[in-house]
Amino acid sequence: MTDEATTTAAGETRGYSVDNPAPVIEAPRARRAKTPRAPRMNFEMLGWLFMRLSGIVLVVLVLGHLLIQLVLDGGVSKIGFAFVAGRWASPFWQAWDLIMLWLAMLHGANGLRTIINDYAERANPRFWLKMLLYTATVFTVLLGTLVIFTFDPNIR
Amino acid sequence: MSTETLEKTEGGAQSAEGASPYITATFRIRRFNPEISADAIWEDFQIEIDPKERVLDALHKIKWELDGTLTFRRSCAHGICGSDAMRINGRNRLACKTLIKDINPEKPITVEAIKGLTVLKDLVVDMEPFFQAYRDVMPFLVTTGNEPTRERLQSAEDRERFDDTTKCILCAACTSSCPVFWNDGQYFGPAAIVNAHRFIFDSRDEAGEQRLEILNDKDGVWRCRTTFNCTDACPRGIEVTKAIQEVKRALITRRY
Repeated sequence: MTDEATTTAAGETRGYSVDNPAPVIEAPRARRAKTPRAPRMNFEMLGWLFMRLSGIVLVVLVLGHLLIQLVLDGGVSKIGFAFVAGRWASPFWQAWDLIMLWLAMLHGANGLRTIINDYAERANPRFWLKMLLYTATVFTVLLGTLVIFTFDPNIR
Repeated sequence: MSTETLEKTEGGAQSAEGASPYITATFRIRRFNPEISADAIWEDFQIEIDPKERVLDALHKIKWELDGTLTFRRSCAHGICGSDAMRINGRNRLACKTLIKDINPEKPITVEAIKGLTVLKDLVVDMEPFFQAYRDVMPFLVTTGNEPTRERLQSAEDRERFDDTTKCILCAACTSSCPVFWNDGQYFGPAAIVNAHRFIFDSRDEAGEQRLEILNDKDGVWRCRTTFNCTDACPRGIEVTKAIQEVKRALITRRY
């Protein structure tokens, strides 16, 4: 009907023809009947539940933390070694910070794990990104826990 | 749910009598032919068409009058068989249920194959991974004991429980709109979960526990990020994300 409709495919042949076809794109990552199934476990469900439950607790813990640290009683300028030492003298604030550390780190790590699963397409980057994530998470959690339990207010 | 329809609001004065109802619309179609080129290209077709026709009619017109090599699937052409799901102006729709006047024919209308599945030619994709996920959730009635001599009775309330998910026509518009499915194609996808939901919540069926176990898989319902793309894409108006959430809830509450 119009000249625009003339096929442009002919201009793109690049030497391909019926006898010499372009390489066929690879089959998708198909789940076939023979594909071995992953072992059945509840890990994904527990992860999903953990995100919801820890999220609720974290809203209280984190907002309370920010309020105490940044808003009340002179705001951020009051924070110093003495302020931290004073707070950690009480088991209540030790427990608060410990729970917040563990929940926030695991919550964030699990969220990043699902993001890596969603966005890293190939197996190798996926594996190494997750290893990096797990290493960083374990390191931070252990270091934070160590500091909370071994904190010495009289350190010179 | 699928395509918003434009209602004519400019009242009274219709355009000049005897004026042609036809407009010139441009269809920008994603062409791919592995026997010619490894690359897919956009190709424009200009056609005279009544805007009250459907996109499928335009594709027919192009195939029958302009370029016979244009390849697409369609069967019933009335929104039941689910063959002609495609990405029209960037959204998954059925070509046979989308009127041209509803998708702004003043600009070029883009038509391409649905995403996440291998394109075989032009608008035709390999549906095998999609149907494999469908088969994996056992989409058939499973019962134990002797066959009843009469039909299996069910109350209206029990039937209502899964009424929404019986409407699926397996067009793959939902699954191929899901960003999680785009990644590696291992996620079961909304369509498979919808069809599992149809039997999990059927009072006559006895394999709900098995289906829940299948969907508890690493690539099962827990990969859903509730982006609602599937609900927006469904040409049948199924509340897909709600069905997925109901399966998640059943997985937790039926066991603990």
